[in-house]
Amino acid sequence: MVSGRIHSIESCGTVDGPGLRCVIFLQGCPLRCRYCHNPDTWQTTGGQEVEASALIKMVLRFKPYFNDRGGVTLSGGEPLLQPEFAAAILQGCKEAGIHTAVDTSGWVDPAALARALPYTDLLLLDVKAVQDDQYRWLTGRHEHRFLAALDYIKKEKTPIWVRYVVLPGINDSAQHIQKLKELMSSLGSQVEKVELLPYHPLGIHKWNRLGLTYTLEHLQPPSRSSLEVMARALQQNQTNIVA
Amino acid sequence: MMRQEWAGFKGQRWQQEVDVRDFIQNNYTPYTGGAEFLCRETEKTKKLWQKCLRLFKEERAKGGVLSIDTSRATSMTAFGPGYVDKSLEMIVGLQTEKPLERSVNPFGGLRMARQACQAYGYTLDGQLEAFFVKYKKTHNDGVFDAYTREMRLARSLGIITGLPDAYGRGRIIGDYRRVALYGADRLILEKEQDLDRLSSLAMTPETIQLREEIREQIKSLQELKEMALSYGFDIGRPAANAREAFQWLYFAYLGAIKEQNGAAMSLGRVSTFLDIYITRDMQAGTLTETEAQELVDQLVIKLRLARQLRTPEYDQLFAGDPLWITEAIGGMGLDGRTLVTKNSYRFLQTLINLGPSPEPNLTVLWSGDLPRPFKDFCAKISIQTSSIQYENDDLMRETFGDDYGIACCVSAMKIGKQMQFFGARANLAKLLLLAINGGKDEMTGQQLAPAIPPLEDEILDYHKVKRNYLKLQDWLCKLYVNTMNVIHYMHDKYAYERIQMALHDSAVERLMAFGAAGLSVVADSFSAMKYARVYPVRNQQGIAVDFKIEGEFPKYGNDDDRVDEIAVELVRSFHDNLQKYAAYRNARHTLSILTITSNVMYGKKTGATPDGRPKGAAFAPGANPMHGRDTQGALASLNSVAKLPYASCLDGISNTFSIIPKALGKSHEDRVNNLVSILDGYFGQRAHHLNVNVLDRQTLEKAMEEPENYPQLTVRVSGYAVHFTKLSRAHQLEVLQRTFFERF
Repeated sequence: MVSGRIHSIESCGTVDGPGLRCVIFLQGCPLRCRYCHNPDTWQTTGGQEVEASALIKMVLRFKPYFNDRGGVTLSGGEPLLQPEFAAAILQGCKEAGIHTAVDTSGWVDPAALARALPYTDLLLLDVKAVQDDQYRWLTGRHEHRFLAALDYIKKEKTPIWVRYVVLPGINDSAQHIQKLKELMSSLGSQVEKVELLPYHPLGIHKWNRLGLTYTLEHLQPPSRSSLEVMARALQQNQTNIVA
Repeated sequence: MMRQEWAGFKGQRWQQEVDVRDFIQNNYTPYTGGAEFLCRETEKTKKLWQKCLRLFKEERAKGGVLSIDTSRATSMTAFGPGYVDKSLEMIVGLQTEKPLERSVNPFGGLRMARQACQAYGYTLDGQLEAFFVKYKKTHNDGVFDAYTREMRLARSLGIITGLPDAYGRGRIIGDYRRVALYGADRLILEKEQDLDRLSSLAMTPETIQLREEIREQIKSLQELKEMALSYGFDIGRPAANAREAFQWLYFAYLGAIKEQNGAAMSLGRVSTFLDIYITRDMQAGTLTETEAQELVDQLVIKLRLARQLRTPEYDQLFAGDPLWITEAIGGMGLDGRTLVTKNSYRFLQTLINLGPSPEPNLTVLWSGDLPRPFKDFCAKISIQTSSIQYENDDLMRETFGDDYGIACCVSAMKIGKQMQFFGARANLAKLLLLAINGGKDEMTGQQLAPAIPPLEDEILDYHKVKRNYLKLQDWLCKLYVNTMNVIHYMHDKYAYERIQMALHDSAVERLMAFGAAGLSVVADSFSAMKYARVYPVRNQQGIAVDFKIEGEFPKYGNDDDRVDEIAVELVRSFHDNLQKYAAYRNARHTLSILTITSNVMYGKKTGATPDGRPKGAAFAPGANPMHGRDTQGALASLNSVAKLPYASCLDGISNTFSIIPKALGKSHEDRVNNLVSILDGYFGQRAHHLNVNVLDRQTLEKAMEEPENYPQLTVRVSGYAVHFTKLSRAHQLEVLQRTFFERF
């Protein structure tokens, strides 16, 4: 009987993977991203303890809505911080014929990937930063663990949607785009889609409630047009880029 | 020999007897393609609609009523012909002689007619009023002559509310297509034959009543002919082309709304029927696609001009000046062919050509088997206009076949073969409080239900409360059925729907439609008693006026069987209990979980409840979970509602779903796909009805501040839609309070 901690459920997720998705937000995260909109998922001791079997049962209730596209997405927090739990949910869903996705920062132990990837149809990989100093500034952690995980993911050939949160004036320069391009071409056809996500300050109230200091208060969300410009700059022959 | 108006039509049976379904099945052309063929409105339509928009603006500026003709009582022939602009109108006919002018209908109740005039600064003509006082007994007079003291008390304290005892009961759908297909003369002939057949029977009160009614139906068909003739049309014969079919059918509907101010006056299921005439004309080269769309647009304009005179009190129950001109679109046939035709698209296209609107109440009969392009088109129009409701055709077809319509919001009935005795709804939350308080009304302290020993425990005991609840439920059911019997006896006697019933088979099947409000409040209350600890706070009289809750409890709307099964049990038990008591004219008891907008008024009349809902707070509409308690996202909420058994709620289970556009997906294409998946998933689980709103809360807030800039903003409320700016502030706030699924 595997159990783990979750933060919450969104039964009608439409932005974390294809189609309609039941999104399970797992509790606990090793990163402290400055723009995080779910800081209440950070502490590994928070949330509520649930059995994987109960979650699988719940996901199955939404099967009528999935059609041929939707499924389950594990998000967080960092879902792979609880690898046994995550793997149990993914395996159960996959065996029931449900499409599975994992929304991860990739700042995880390759052993955790080894547990989860055999049951993962799609990785939503959040590329936090493309340079170590910025990775550290943004998440509080060094980049090397992410890079090591990336090597493992490449070997496994799991399909990937790369996600990159655009912070105007911080990570959207030509140099950043070049680096991101390099990262993507190293992954080759494994990358099915790139999603440029506009920074948004919608999590601020949670930071305030938790007594945390939000440091990006004065940052404005990028304009639609600047995102489109960036998407065009990123456009490579094979990849589907969405701004 | 075949009539020349029917040239080219196939099939036999419909020619020998009145059978519109047989005509449709033999002649319609299913359409499985996309929306590319659709046309925009013509110049003529555009000009006509501009004139109407100006009239609507004037009407709003005058507080909601443009003018009233107080000089005469309405009837099919009381008014001469009326036009908006004769040169622009492809379809003619108004309820009075001027557009948007309302007529007075004192037959349901004189007091209500008088008050309605007064509310808008008019005075009912003295002679007319004197005549009714002296010589004409109304439905309302009859009902109150027969009501018992208990019935009056139940009504005034709000355990049963919204009863059609002072206004037209509505919810009857005439088969308006019959006039187009057969012409009035043939229908009169058929009715004469029915009368002949009844001649050999023993003259029991039932037979005498039916004979008198059929004779009245025949007279009404003659009056309908007269009315049409005043516009220059002979509807005695069948319609010979598409334009006539539209016009004949509209005259029949117009006759109905001239004669009756019924709460809900559905149109039925006309689009596929009319498509047959359009297709025939197109094949003959006498009609183009643009002209076909013009006919549909212009019919819909006429429907958007329909008005009844109501009082402000009525508006509190049924907000937004609705008529529920419900048109059922799409669905599948019993033989597996889709009933979607090009005309199904044309009707939905009116929401683009003329802009969003609550009327007519466009209702898509959803089936998993509908052609995919049609599903996509519906989803697209929903996202754009929030003006469509969806009902489960796969579910209703089992009981009602493939030629049913929707009366009002969610009530299915076989067109021309079934009618309904409408009965508003009982307040289940108040019933629960009566069960806790020894049968005393929590708001006034009056003994409403029979006295039972009050519960004096410090913590409410689930089993004891349930026992009392079931005991009083039986009392309520008996009272409710009896009250309905009184109302409908008197309505038949004093305000019989002559023309609508003339467009039914004489051997009509009758349904008696009961309703329940406050389902989610009662389900959550029982859940709180079962899974948490509920401490009643009692006043000096011993009445529980508030409740303190300790601990967590599962809430309806999260796909949690522990509480959802309580809700299932509540509706089952209420419906079973109603059936114990015989209904007038052997009607079959049906139940709806639908509040219209009365959830606000019911809430106002109900004290604090054990689920933590404060005194006076609005209930959730229909079968919706309580505002903000469905915390697991939209699909979990839908799954809870989908569990309610349709077999116990054949009169419909209304669910209103509001989602912000962003939460439906990133791209337009994603949104369309996701909405189709939601509808397929929900209805695949035998759920019954879904109103779909795709709106930002901010848009509504802005519309509250600047109503003049949002005249056509439409929202689905509970089984119908309204112009948001026509709602009272209390109703607007309630819409804003509802759960908008918005995580992204």
